[in-house]
Amino acid sequence: KNNQSYFKGPYDFARTPTYCEVCFWKCAGWVHKDENGRIKKIIGNDDDPNCNGRFCPRGTGGVGMYFDRDRLKTPLIRTDVRGKQSFREATWDEAFDYIASKMNKIKEEHGPECTALFTHGSGGKYFGNLLKGFGSNNIAAPSYAQCRGPREVAFLATFGQGINSPENTDIRDTKCLVLIGSHLGENMHNGQVQEMSDAIDKGTTIITVDPRFSTVAGKSKHWLPIKPSTDIALLLSWMNVIINEELFDKKYVEKYTFGFDLLKAYVQPFTPEWAYGITTIKPQQIRDTAHEMANAAPAVIVHPGRHVTWYGDDTQRLRAVAILNALLGSWGRRGGFYNPEKASVPHFHLPDFPKPNKNWRDAMGGKYKLADLALASGVCQATIPSPEMSCSIKGWIVNGTNLINTLPDQKKTIAAIQALDLLVVVDTMPMEITGYADVVLPECTYLERYDSLRISQGRVPSIALRMPAVDPLYNTKPAFWMARELAKKLDLLQYFPFETIEEEIDWELKQVGSSLEEMQRIGVKLLDREADDLYFGEDEDVEFNTNTGKIELYSTALEEEGFDPFPVFTQHPEPDSGFYRLIYGRAPMHTFSRTANNPNLTDLMDENSVWVNPKVAKVWDLKNDQYVYLENQDGVISDFKIKVRITERIRWDSVYMVHGFGHADKRMTRAFGKGVSDTQMITNVMIDPIMGGTGMRGNFVTFRFDNKKAEV
Amino acid sequence: MRYAMAIDTKKCVGCSDCVVACQTENDVPIGHCRDWVVEVMDGTYPQLEIELRSERCNHCKNSPCVRCCPTGASHYSDGGIVLVTKNECIGCSACITSCPYDARYVHPDGYVDKCTFCLHRVKKGMQPACVAVCPTKCMYFGDLDDPGSEVSEVLKKRKYKTLIPEAGTKPQLYFLI
Repeated sequence: KNNQSYFKGPYDFARTPTYCEVCFWKCAGWVHKDENGRIKKIIGNDDDPNCNGRFCPRGTGGVGMYFDRDRLKTPLIRTDVRGKQSFREATWDEAFDYIASKMNKIKEEHGPECTALFTHGSGGKYFGNLLKGFGSNNIAAPSYAQCRGPREVAFLATFGQGINSPENTDIRDTKCLVLIGSHLGENMHNGQVQEMSDAIDKGTTIITVDPRFSTVAGKSKHWLPIKPSTDIALLLSWMNVIINEELFDKKYVEKYTFGFDLLKAYVQPFTPEWAYGITTIKPQQIRDTAHEMANAAPAVIVHPGRHVTWYGDDTQRLRAVAILNALLGSWGRRGGFYNPEKASVPHFHLPDFPKPNKNWRDAMGGKYKLADLALASGVCQATIPSPEMSCSIKGWIVNGTNLINTLPDQKKTIAAIQALDLLVVVDTMPMEITGYADVVLPECTYLERYDSLRISQGRVPSIALRMPAVDPLYNTKPAFWMARELAKKLDLLQYFPFETIEEEIDWELKQVGSSLEEMQRIGVKLLDREADDLYFGEDEDVEFNTNTGKIELYSTALEEEGFDPFPVFTQHPEPDSGFYRLIYGRAPMHTFSRTANNPNLTDLMDENSVWVNPKVAKVWDLKNDQYVYLENQDGVISDFKIKVRITERIRWDSVYMVHGFGHADKRMTRAFGKGVSDTQMITNVMIDPIMGGTGMRGNFVTFRFDNKKAEV
Repeated sequence: MRYAMAIDTKKCVGCSDCVVACQTENDVPIGHCRDWVVEVMDGTYPQLEIELRSERCNHCKNSPCVRCCPTGASHYSDGGIVLVTKNECIGCSACITSCPYDARYVHPDGYVDKCTFCLHRVKKGMQPACVAVCPTKCMYFGDLDDPGSEVSEVLKKRKYKTLIPEAGTKPQLYFLI
């Protein structure tokens, strides 16, 4: 079926539907154009449950992604060594021929399994199908091992169900929200921030645990200024109080959980007095906040957070969070965690993919078996040649993720890249990673393309359409087209049965009683919930997807793999004198490092600053707005300098900065050299033994007034 | 009719969405803004307080900018909204100097520009762009002469303050505290 004329509609529209690509929340909205057909603004779609008609600053500023003059404009082929950023312009055909011949060579010499895809963004599905058709299942996203992985594994181990995205936290109806190092409001996860704001209106109690006085700490009834790296001690002492003072939900615990008596015995030593010495949080404050939670229960959320890869014992810390929620009976209850439903949209049946003989896991020596998704850092590790490894990856396709600034330990990432036979980068912007590519494929922005449907989970399942508002600028193309053209060269066209993505979307939409034509008009469609099961019914029997069929306070799955069945508090190293723990986070107007060059968003914030407590500033004689360099515990000195912000909002044993700045690629004219890259300072990576997450909060920095490297 | 805005400092997270939304709605050139976010912090670790405020022109009842404008470009419009007529403005900047809230800037095209409460939207029955976009719904806009309007209701219920009341400008921006 190929009726191009059928899909002509869009360009006459005064507003066209899209879903946002600036972050993973993927809010649906409308792109409005002015009388000259130029993109003017993007506004949220009122019917979208992810945004309720209100975009966040990044979504509103998404127009800047389209207008950015520094965009990648045409395919590029490298002419000098990797990292030198020396390229020549190429035609699409040349670029695809180059990639196909290298991929075939890798296939012949090493096997098709020795290729990998890193992806963050909507085009990933098609490059994924290409790679699977080619014969590899090394498909990873840094959003797992570098971000939310530990919480997924911890909640799977406890409740037999992960958290996923958007989170199933019932903030709208909660009476008590507990945030542990999670700075909602600074991380603008739109729907959650909206619900939190409504909760503030209704007088919900917020408890924030953070060494930094975050924005949300400023809105909290209780702020617990915890000593960094000691959260597990606090969580254990909360359990101690809740169990010993019989504040837990007895009926719920008895009916649904496994291992309560063992847990009770286990937490006995962890009194608030014990935790005080570790966390610096006063025992009375621990007791008071435990009572606040219990009073609100079951409408209480001990929030699992999002970026949770901190100290390498993260799965266990998130296990403690999950256990606390189970004791309070909040899972499956109104105001706690609801049961989300994902829209079910059939995909066109593709021929079976070849079965790979090996993958990145073979290079891990049997470790991280509980990881339910591929580890980006694991694929990176499996690329560095070593005699013991059975799978040494030779080719990478990187789609929409700047791995140099995304994976910790840049030296290791670069070592892996230098060992590759092929590195293809698909992006809209020149990023550090494109500087290392053999071939750069310039993607058009999300405002200039169709993508696969957004299929969201939520209280109500929803689907959303993205379609081009305008034709692509420059010589840029959508990922679907690129992947399909490559498939032609690699003789894999059977995995791309539709000639255009419009036809595929239309086919999918027709399976759920809609059509491309309808979605072009409405943008978002809510599908019916299959059952009325947002919360557990009164006395309902529930089977959990765990070994015991119960909520596992005592984890049999962890025990089977040789890990502690209950979370254990471990003392982590502390900074040497003159060094401060590096804590990093988000600013509401930026997403990772990908927005750092967006003209609209750099207008709001164009560099990061290092937050320093006044006591520390006095010791170093630092002044506000003075620029300094940073040096970490391993002697790594920052490439660029960073502005000092002297503020009471940070503890004296730590410094804080916003992630995603300090870009080293000169082709990003606004972002180049602005601020310090926290990733550059993160060389000590604490690997989570359970699922391979990369703990990044164990790095310490000191101040320098020059960046001269020591004489060797 | 008396248009006014109330901004809830307890809900605002300082994300600056109001700033970008205003820029795209009103074609404000990058590098300039008609609204902005202020953070005021008080105290010593760990006894701290923050106030976050989205600020803009206060559309004062007693506007020094209107009084001092030599050409009449700055004037009161519907519901007391203070506006600048582009082609009557000579860019002398007297209004910028007189404004206690620093709410105006010189547009690269030579005239003085500032917040209009998005009068072009309000006339169509819409909310100003900043109010419509705010993810925390921390802004309320409406007619103070109408006791049933959202802004009147919220000012009845909540404690509020205005900025620099001692300047005697009678500002119409209210901050809920």
